[in-house]
Amino acid sequence: MAELVQHIINGVAAGTIYALVALGYTMVYGVLKLINFAHGDVMMVGCYAGYASAHTMGREHSTSFLGVTVVFLVAMGMCALIGFLVERFAYRPLREKPRLVALITAIGVSFAISYGFQLKLGVGALTILPGASPRAFPEVITPSDWLVVGDPSYPDIVLRNTQVISVLIAVALMAALQVLVFRSRFGVAMRAVSFDHRTSALMGIPVDRVIALTFMLGSALAAGAGILYAIKDTRIEPLMGTQVGLKAFVAAVIGGIGHVPGALVGALLLGLVEEFVVGYGSSTWRDAVAFGFLIVVLLFKPEGLFGRVTAEKV
Amino acid sequence: MAVATLVEGAVPVDLAMRPCYPRAMATVLGSRAPRDPLLDVKELHVSYGAIIALRGVSLSVGKGEVVALIGANGAGKTSTLRAVSGMLKPTRGTITLDGGEVTGLKANQLVPRGMAHAPEGRGIFLNLSVAENLDLGAYLRRDKPEIERDREQCFTLFPILKERYQQRAGTLSGGEQQMLAISRALMSRPRLLLLDEPSLGLAPQVIERIFSILREINAKGVSILLVEQNAHLALGMCHYAYVLETGELVMEGGGKELLKSPEIRKAYLGE
Ligand SMILES: Nc1ncnc2c1ncn2[C@@H]1O[C@H](COP(=O)(O)OP(=O)(O)O)[C@@H](O)[C@H]1O
Ligand SMILES: [Mg+2]
Repeated sequence: MAELVQHIINGVAAGTIYALVALGYTMVYGVLKLINFAHGDVMMVGCYAGYASAHTMGREHSTSFLGVTVVFLVAMGMCALIGFLVERFAYRPLREKPRLVALITAIGVSFAISYGFQLKLGVGALTILPGASPRAFPEVITPSDWLVVGDPSYPDIVLRNTQVISVLIAVALMAALQVLVFRSRFGVAMRAVSFDHRTSALMGIPVDRVIALTFMLGSALAAGAGILYAIKDTRIEPLMGTQVGLKAFVAAVIGGIGHVPGALVGALLLGLVEEFVVGYGSSTWRDAVAFGFLIVVLLFKPEGLFGRVTAEKV
Repeated sequence: MAVATLVEGAVPVDLAMRPCYPRAMATVLGSRAPRDPLLDVKELHVSYGAIIALRGVSLSVGKGEVVALIGANGAGKTSTLRAVSGMLKPTRGTITLDGGEVTGLKANQLVPRGMAHAPEGRGIFLNLSVAENLDLGAYLRRDKPEIERDREQCFTLFPILKERYQQRAGTLSGGEQQMLAISRALMSRPRLLLLDEPSLGLAPQVIERIFSILREINAKGVSILLVEQNAHLALGMCHYAYVLETGELVMEGGGKELLKSPEIRKAYLGE
């Protein structure tokens, strides 16, 4: 029983991080009908930006509340900028081209970022590209156990502060997104663009700007997720974006791509499934089961758990 | 009935293959009162890739006028409206709105200049509520109390929209969606309203209701460029009309004159 609770805690903590990344896939898919395969890699760049800012501030500062906030903001700002550039220069010129062209471009952008970061490049003391070897992510939040059930040396259940903080931050970011999408003027514009961007322009909506902002928003959420992931995993490397991104993409598809709450549910399910596989089975099965889960969902509900089969307009 | 979609394909081959030849002038029936043009379109050419949809269409809409554009399916009526409202970039020609050239401007740049386009197929955001659809019509406006007033006006014109206000637009019937499309276009306070087949697929009583309201809207000073396949309806209410055939104007004149023309009666009124 205690073991089950522990796995649920771990699964939810992991799932909320996937959810933040999955939201980016879903939002971009919503407005562009494009799977932005570079999304996970943008997240990875955010991790390095957070890493750099933590190191610049030094240990005592980066662990303070202000320091952690700065790490998050730098990462999110950096990712918003990269999201903007990727949309502006890689995807916008292809907007009217067949979707496949944009998809292949997205894969190209993903490779360019993740393999570009494996190069080592620096000017003097300034590192521009970090190189392939993993780096230890600074302890921006000093880990401690918030809740220990059972014998402290062999605890039944441990709830770590990083898990709680991670879930709180993820939930806060998702709530903010939900308000933005469903309660704001920009949110209405975003949903209009996702339904029909040509008619949206007839309303006076600056479609290009809405799409760019959606990219920036999704990327910033991914940066938040990236930092949380780096805190949990304690290390970062250039290929981490591809791994986390792929899982989050699976979560988005399971929930129904384009569906915001669906992404959350899909991500939580995926986080739990992975945790159970690792906990009760073997970690070597983790990825196989994750993708197996995806296949099963797609077999029985190709539009995802929450996705609607949208009738084609005539 | 097949409705043109925004994808390539399904194009009459003869239109694409037809060689260029000097165009004959369109027959002009009757005379037109001198007017102050709100919209002036000159020598408009539109292509979809290799497919030429319009080859030199010139037309104008005077201030306060209702101008009809009629023609068979595939003649280029929708393409004309799309080019005028900035959804499509014309390959050649000029578009002037109230004396200022607007050729090549994007749709969202034309809205603040007084252009509203209720597109083919109504263009309702079926995923949004009726309220949100209406609000989007006023997207660029900031004058909250005035927006409120215009919304009330729409409810006066179409009371059903008030009943359905919080409902998802996808649950509306075809007629209700058309009413929403017109109301939404009015929410931008346009000077020129482009309407693409507002009668399509609707019951006769609904059509009658919508057209009587279009007359009301026009009486309040909104100029209308009306595209219709239903030539009876369009010619009956317009001040002036143009007849489009495979991308070219073949005839123009007052609505009454065209209604009497034997060619029109034969080709478009089924006699
Ligand atoms: N998106 C498109 N792609 C390619 N051809 C198109 C497209 N839209 C319209 N066409 C072609 O342009 C011509 C004019 O179409 P359209 O303007 O829709 O005519 P109408 O509205 O009078 O029925 C037709 O031959 C049509 O097949
Ligand atoms: Mg048409």
